[in-house]
Amino acid sequence: MLWLRFLVRRVGFYLAAAWVAITLNFLLPRLMPGDPADAIIAQMSRTQQLTPDQVRSIQQLFGAPDEPLWRQYLSYLGQLTRGDLGVSTAYYPTPVSEVIGSGIWWTLTLVGTTTVLAFLIGTALGVVAGARPGSIFDSVASPLSTFLGSLPFFWVALLSVLFFSSTLGWFPLGGGWDNDIPIGLSAEFVGSAVEHAVLPAGTILLSSVGGWLFGMRNMMITTAAEDYVLLGTAKGLSPRRVMFAYAARNAILPSVAGFATAIGFVVSGSLLAEIVYTYPGVGYLFYQSVASMDYPLMQALFLVVALSVLAANFVADSVYGWLDPRARETA
Amino acid sequence: MRNGKVRAGVAVFAFFVLAALVGPFVTDAMGLSPTAIDAAASLQPPSAAHPLGTTMAGEDVLAQLVVGARTSLLVGLVAGTIATTLSVLAGVTGAYLGGKADALLTAFTNVFLVLPGLPLLIIIASYVQGRGGWLLVALIIGLTGWPWGARQKRAQTLTLRRRDFVMAAELAGESRWRIIVFDLIPNLAPLISTSLLGAVVASVFADAGLAFIGVGNINITSWGSMLYWSQQQQALLQGAWWWFVPPGACIALLGTAAGLINFGVDEISNPRLRAATRSVRRRVRKAAMAGE
Repeated sequence: MLWLRFLVRRVGFYLAAAWVAITLNFLLPRLMPGDPADAIIAQMSRTQQLTPDQVRSIQQLFGAPDEPLWRQYLSYLGQLTRGDLGVSTAYYPTPVSEVIGSGIWWTLTLVGTTTVLAFLIGTALGVVAGARPGSIFDSVASPLSTFLGSLPFFWVALLSVLFFSSTLGWFPLGGGWDNDIPIGLSAEFVGSAVEHAVLPAGTILLSSVGGWLFGMRNMMITTAAEDYVLLGTAKGLSPRRVMFAYAARNAILPSVAGFATAIGFVVSGSLLAEIVYTYPGVGYLFYQSVASMDYPLMQALFLVVALSVLAANFVADSVYGWLDPRARETA
Repeated sequence: MRNGKVRAGVAVFAFFVLAALVGPFVTDAMGLSPTAIDAAASLQPPSAAHPLGTTMAGEDVLAQLVVGARTSLLVGLVAGTIATTLSVLAGVTGAYLGGKADALLTAFTNVFLVLPGLPLLIIIASYVQGRGGWLLVALIIGLTGWPWGARQKRAQTLTLRRRDFVMAAELAGESRWRIIVFDLIPNLAPLISTSLLGAVVASVFADAGLAFIGVGNINITSWGSMLYWSQQQQALLQGAWWWFVPPGACIALLGTAAGLINFGVDEISNPRLRAATRSVRRRVRKAAMAGE
C-alpha cells in the first residue's frame, strides 16, 4: 500500500518534470534572438510551396508574432497532443515524427543494452573490489575505472575508430548496418547491425562501467563495517554468504538510486558517440538537425530525448522504492 | 592536503592553470603560432620545427594546445563559478529555511536534475549561433550545470542546521541571511571548493562537447574547436593522430585530476574507505582461516 502511495507521488513529480520540458521547448525559440518561425518558413519555401496550414503549424510551434503568448502556448499544447511535431526542413516534406521514428530504435537498442550491461558489470566488479579493499584486483580496477570514467566519450570514440577501424580494419568506419543489405529480420542484417554496434557499445561501456564499480566498491566497504554484517560473521556464516546476503544486498541500494540520474548522463554521452560513429540513431539525427539548422527536428528530438529519460527515471525510481522501504517514507 | 591522491590531482590542475597562463608566451617565444597558416607544412607529424605537428592548414598544434588551454579553462572557470553559486543559493537556502521554500527549491532542483543537460545545451547554443562568444557559452553551461551540486549541498546543510552553533546564532537573534552567509557557508567551504572544481571540469567537458558538435565557439581556438576541425577535415582517415590526441588527452587528464581529488576527499571524509584497507584484509584473512 505504501509503495502505491510512493508511486502516485512519483507520478506527480514526473508529470511536473515533463511539463517543464514541454514548456522549455515552447519558450526557447520564443526567447531567443531573431524569429525562428520566419527563418524556418523562409528556408522551407525555398524548396517547396507552403500551404497556409503548414505556415500556421510552424507558427504554433515556433512563435506567431501577433498572437499573445498564452494563446500560442495553448495552440502549441494542442498541436503536441495531436502528435504533430511539424515538418522537417532538411528531410522536407517528411513529418518530424517519421524522421525520429526511424532513428529511435537504433538508439533505444544501443543505449538500453549498454546501460543495463554497464550497471550489471560495474556493480558486480564493485562487489569484488569492495569485498577485499586493497587486494590486487581492487588496487588496479579502482584507479583504472576512475581514469576511464574521466575520458571524454567522443574522444574515446575517435581513438577507437582510428585504432580498430582505420588501422586494424576489424570494424566498419561508421553507420548502423551495411547499406547493401535490406533492412529486415534476416540473419545477414542482424549480423551486420551487431558488427556496426560493437564499437559504439564498447565505448559507452568503457566510459560508464567505472562509475558503477566505484560507487559499489565504496558502499561495500561502508556496509562491511556495519553491525549486522558483523552479526552475520558472528553467526558463523561463510564469508561468501555474509558478503552477498548481508553486505552487497544493502550496499546496492544507492547504486539503484543512482541508476536514475545516470541514465541522463549516458544518453548525453551516447549522443556524442553516435556522432563519431555516424550511428543512425537519435544522436546523429540531432547532430544533423543542428548542422542543417532544421529547428523543427531539433526541438522535437529534444522533447523525445527528455521524455524518454524521464520515463526511464520513473522506472528506476519505482524499482528503488520497491527495494528500499525507507525511500517510500521520505520521498 | 596530506592525502596523496588529492595532492596529485591538485598538481595536475595547477600544471594546466600554469600552462594556460604562461604557455602562450612560451610558444610565442619559440616562434610557434596557433593561427599562422602555412600551406607548405600541412598535416606534418611531430618534428623539431613543430613539436606536436601541424593541422591541415599548417597551424602549429602545440601553440593551439596552449592557447586552447586558456580558452577552455576560462570557459570552465566562469561556467563552474556560475553553476556553483547557483547550487549554493538553491541548496543551502532551501535546506536552512525548510518548509515551503525548501519543498519548492527541491522540486525545482530535481526537475532540472532529471532533464538531460547536453541536449538542452545544444538547443540553446544552436539558437544563439555563436553570438556573444565564449562568455555566452560559459553562461549557458553555468545556468544548466547547477542541480547536482545543489542536491549535494542541501544534504550537507540539513546535517549542519541542527548543530549547536547554528542554534546559538538563532537564539542570539541573528537574521537568517546572516546565519546562512556567516555560519553555514564557511562550514560548507570544503564541500563548496571541491564541487567548484568538479563544476569547472564538467564545464570544460561540456564546452568541448558543444564545440565538437559545432555549436560552441569553433572559431576561437579551444580544445573543443581543435577536435571539431580535426573531425571536419578528416584527420582520422588521414591518420593525423597528433592533431586530435593532444586536446582529448588534456581534457582526459583534467578529468582524471578531478577524479583523484574526489577520490581523496571521499577518503578524508569517510576514513573507513582508507583505514578499512588493512584491517578488513586482516579480518577477512582471519575469517578464512577460522573457516578452514
